[in-house]
Amino acid sequence: MNDTASGHKPLGRSGMAARAARDIPEGWYVNLGIGVPTLIANHIPPEREVVLHSENGILGMGPAPEPHKENPWLVNASTQRVSLRTGASFVHHADSFAIVRGGHLDLCVLGGFQVAENGDLANWAQSATEAGRQIGGAMDLAVGAKRVWVTMEHTTKDGRARILRRCTYPLTAAACVSRVYTSLAVLDVTPKGFVVIDIIPGLSFEELQARTEAELHRE
Amino acid sequence: MIDKFVRSMAEAMNGIRDGSTVLIAGFGDVGAPNALLDGLIEQGATDLTLVVNSAGRVHKPGDPTTGVARLVELGRVRKVITSFIRATSIAGEAVRDGRMTAEVVPQGTLAERIRAAGAGVPAFFTPTGAGTLIAEGKEAREYNGRPCILELALPGDVALVDAWMADRWGNLVFRDSSRNFNPIMAMAGQLTIVQTHHICDLGQLSANEIVTPGIFVDRVLHVAAGDPQLPR
Repeated sequence: MNDTASGHKPLGRSGMAARAARDIPEGWYVNLGIGVPTLIANHIPPEREVVLHSENGILGMGPAPEPHKENPWLVNASTQRVSLRTGASFVHHADSFAIVRGGHLDLCVLGGFQVAENGDLANWAQSATEAGRQIGGAMDLAVGAKRVWVTMEHTTKDGRARILRRCTYPLTAAACVSRVYTSLAVLDVTPKGFVVIDIIPGLSFEELQARTEAELHRE
Repeated sequence: MIDKFVRSMAEAMNGIRDGSTVLIAGFGDVGAPNALLDGLIEQGATDLTLVVNSAGRVHKPGDPTTGVARLVELGRVRKVITSFIRATSIAGEAVRDGRMTAEVVPQGTLAERIRAAGAGVPAFFTPTGAGTLIAEGKEAREYNGRPCILELALPGDVALVDAWMADRWGNLVFRDSSRNFNPIMAMAGQLTIVQTHHICDLGQLSANEIVTPGIFVDRVLHVAAGDPQLPR
């Protein structure tokens, strides 16, 4: 389907990140996963005190440093160099995952391959037999955080649905996702399934449903 | 007088046996005991089980191979226990070709299994991984209405650790995010070997700032290892 022809412009990576950032209030402790979620940090205004956690043992992570202020000893979970906010602290890896698994994070935002209407998330492998297995901290975050949001393209590059009745890829965790920010919409996962919170300008509910396998509900 | 400093890499690596389980700290290059890994490569122990957060970078032909990837390439690794293995890394290729096995576990489960080993906890139940592929073959039980799986402690015969500063008792501090797996691996190693960027006199590190007390440390080697590198 040609999206430009139907009069709407899907959000890009930065657009999805900015949309999710709008909904993160001051005071939350938040973990941002690899990919689009990492970009969310760029859209949280510095005066809004949101404390970012990184799996490798940082609470109070700041933005990417200016080139001459880079610290080789300070990296995020994607091993990119980062900075610290005033008030930041370090913990070792078991304490860092106690923060995650002990239910202390208000929110984690993860990338996704597929999300199902029961909140199942698939984001680490496309089949059970891949030689590579890149789990990292995703299973811990999906189970441990108080809320799990997912940012991802609404469909795959070749137009297949990612918002599904049931995931077809191996699960990261069952029934963990509460909200999805896609390139086309914001969806809440509820007991009755996906509820549409927001659609990008120029796209109708019916057009959104046509790009979605799971049944969508109006608010 | 307690003196855990060793004077050479050969002394640091002395006695590591074939078939050992080796805990390797670090997150990317930060906090990674790269000099000790060079020493282990030189020392020659084989049939190793390596416990390391990530099993290595994408393999590009022509890149020099170091550390875990080099041990794998030399055929000296029987198994790797890790949270992250890329199909296109040297380790991923070894698993695909059947030259090595990999046990891939969630990163928090990996950290907690190591912590449990150091704390004398033989096993624990966790909801992480329940209902996923990694639950296969593991005992399942429900607690507070949540499905959980049994995970076993993960002790090391050897732990390789990277510290920022150490004294002769083996008290350690770490720099910034290089702390990561170092303190818990130091606790879980039967033989804990530390490379340290700096050394100081006993008493220069205050009791308030010491992160890993020397009781968890067996040997300390002073290595001017330089700054961690970014992945290429």
